[in-house]
Amino acid sequence: MDKHFGTSGGVGDEIDEVQWCFSQVKGAIDDDVADADIISTVEFNHSGELLATGDKGGRVVIFQQEPESKNQPQCRGDYNVYSTFQSHEPEFDYLKSLEIEEKINKIRWLPQKNAAHFLLSTNDKTIKLWKISERDKRPEGYNLKEDDGRYRDPNTVTTLRVPIFRPMDLMVEASPRRVYANAHTYHINSISVNSDCETYLSSDDLRINLWHLEITDRSFNIVDIKPANMEELTEVITASAFHPNQCNTFVYSSSKGAIRLCDMRMSALCDNHAKFFEEPEDPNNRSFFSEITSSISDVNFSHSGRYMMTRDYLSIKIWDLNMETRPVETYQVHEYLRSKLCSLYENDCIFDKFECCWNGNDSVVMTGSYNNFFRMFDRGYRRDVTLEASRENSKPQSVLKPRKVSSGGKRKKDEISVDSLDFNKKILHTAWHPLDNVIAVATTNNLYIFQDKLN
Amino acid sequence: MEVNAEARRILAVSISKLYASRSQRGGLRLHRSLLLSLVMRSARDIYHSSVPPAEPMDTSPEEPAELDLESGPQPDETSAELSLTARGGAHREEEGEPAEDKENQSPTRCSRKRRGKTSVAPHFLPSKRARLEPGEERHAALPPPPPVSCRIGPAESLTSLSLNRVIPLPGRGGPAWRSFVTRTHGGLARTRSDS
Repeated sequence: MDKHFGTSGGVGDEIDEVQWCFSQVKGAIDDDVADADIISTVEFNHSGELLATGDKGGRVVIFQQEPESKNQPQCRGDYNVYSTFQSHEPEFDYLKSLEIEEKINKIRWLPQKNAAHFLLSTNDKTIKLWKISERDKRPEGYNLKEDDGRYRDPNTVTTLRVPIFRPMDLMVEASPRRVYANAHTYHINSISVNSDCETYLSSDDLRINLWHLEITDRSFNIVDIKPANMEELTEVITASAFHPNQCNTFVYSSSKGAIRLCDMRMSALCDNHAKFFEEPEDPNNRSFFSEITSSISDVNFSHSGRYMMTRDYLSIKIWDLNMETRPVETYQVHEYLRSKLCSLYENDCIFDKFECCWNGNDSVVMTGSYNNFFRMFDRGYRRDVTLEASRENSKPQSVLKPRKVSSGGKRKKDEISVDSLDFNKKILHTAWHPLDNVIAVATTNNLYIFQDKLN
Repeated sequence: MEVNAEARRILAVSISKLYASRSQRGGLRLHRSLLLSLVMRSARDIYHSSVPPAEPMDTSPEEPAELDLESGPQPDETSAELSLTARGGAHREEEGEPAEDKENQSPTRCSRKRRGKTSVAPHFLPSKRARLEPGEERHAALPPPPPVSCRIGPAESLTSLSLNRVIPLPGRGGPAWRSFVTRTHGGLARTRSDS
């Protein structure tokens, strides 16, 4: 049996090896992918009940997990469409004669405080706060109008009645509650909600702004790395994130492969970092394209807050916040691409920005690759696996077979050679359910949901 | 020489990518432009380190052929132009600053001066320059590149592109203005007053 791993379910010395199975796939089947349908972000909410995706067309689709069936208590509920709305529209900046793409760059859920759900979604320039709420009853029995809304002739009103709520078909409404606009000159790459649940940060190539969720007409600029002379620019901000527990701490990563941790208690302007994480470059790996491959595309903290993970083009690095000199763990995602960097530069793949994610208990990390492969690395047992998201393996509950790429020489049976990888099929966005072994993997325009096999 | 040819090829590819990114939806991406310029610089460095130093050329500004990378004279200025123009290209779309109308100059008047750093007009005024598409006729007016490498296209050598005219270098003079409150009403971001 092909065994791979996930979150360890029980206590004890042995890890529970899990098998990943296909659960669902969302999206169009045909190969002709409309540009607008390209998935650009995937995010579970804090309970894992809701799964949000954003696409290049500016739409947000939210899936909700059905409650576990009483008939099949061992089976997790499916994710079905809960709400779909147009978050951002294409805009035009008349001042600069530039079109502003409607593509959703990031979605971040706010912790739930009441029956409604809130999320932040952002394109290149504007962040919006959306409220998603359910309506399952409506008032009936108005005095001045009929149930269908027509106004009654006041002369016909002879009695007074109190309107009452009656059940109706469930309706999920998404309404924009706040729009945070005009604060970023450059393209927004990240948003991150603070643990105080009142503020959040947004970062573009050169600046990071701190917002209060209630205030839309101003933000605090807390990091600015724009040089006085743009010709001296050597580094840009690529991602940023708030610490999960410490509301004063955030990090931002750079195109040079460095991560800066800032403490907002030190000063109002956090241009001076509190900690600086950078690994000296291995001279053996130095190449023409080192500067591109060392650029960090994603950074996020572990749930515990003790570690952070960065993704550059070829590897994942786990950093202990207490050690700045080098990462504590490094995982090569697709080392076989190192000799292909020139071709990947020509076909633009070298600029792809892969994301990465932690599982619920920070024992496993996951990221995407090409050919619709995605990789999981078990930190404790130093094991890794390559799996594939494809329609061919889409029978319900079918176990995913590990994949292997042969980097050269003799190709073994069932291995795929590097040259036959499809670089148009890339998995840039993945998400892991915060509490369970359920993962969401986005191919170009399809969303795959996999879960571990429950016995 | 293989390294030499490879470096030139990568330079050519990089320049074409820089051009293509200008017409991308959403405007020039600063990060991507920066990475492209870094690769171009590396390619240029490798190219220069592999080419033996040539005799000094006539520094007359009338000769665009002087900017030919192969002749190797004054590599610092050429490299400076490369890095400046690459960043200037990245910068221009974001800042939207007006620039002198370099594109309508005669192609033979190829000024090699660095652009001034001081702003000539407020940055929020729109640029009035026409966008130059690759392959425009003024490129054809320039002498063809030397027939050393057959892998580089007609408009790909640095002489014919004259990036410093296509993407002028906006200067931002004065001190760096800082503020930590950005007013977002009114559409003008970045009110950076001195702290």
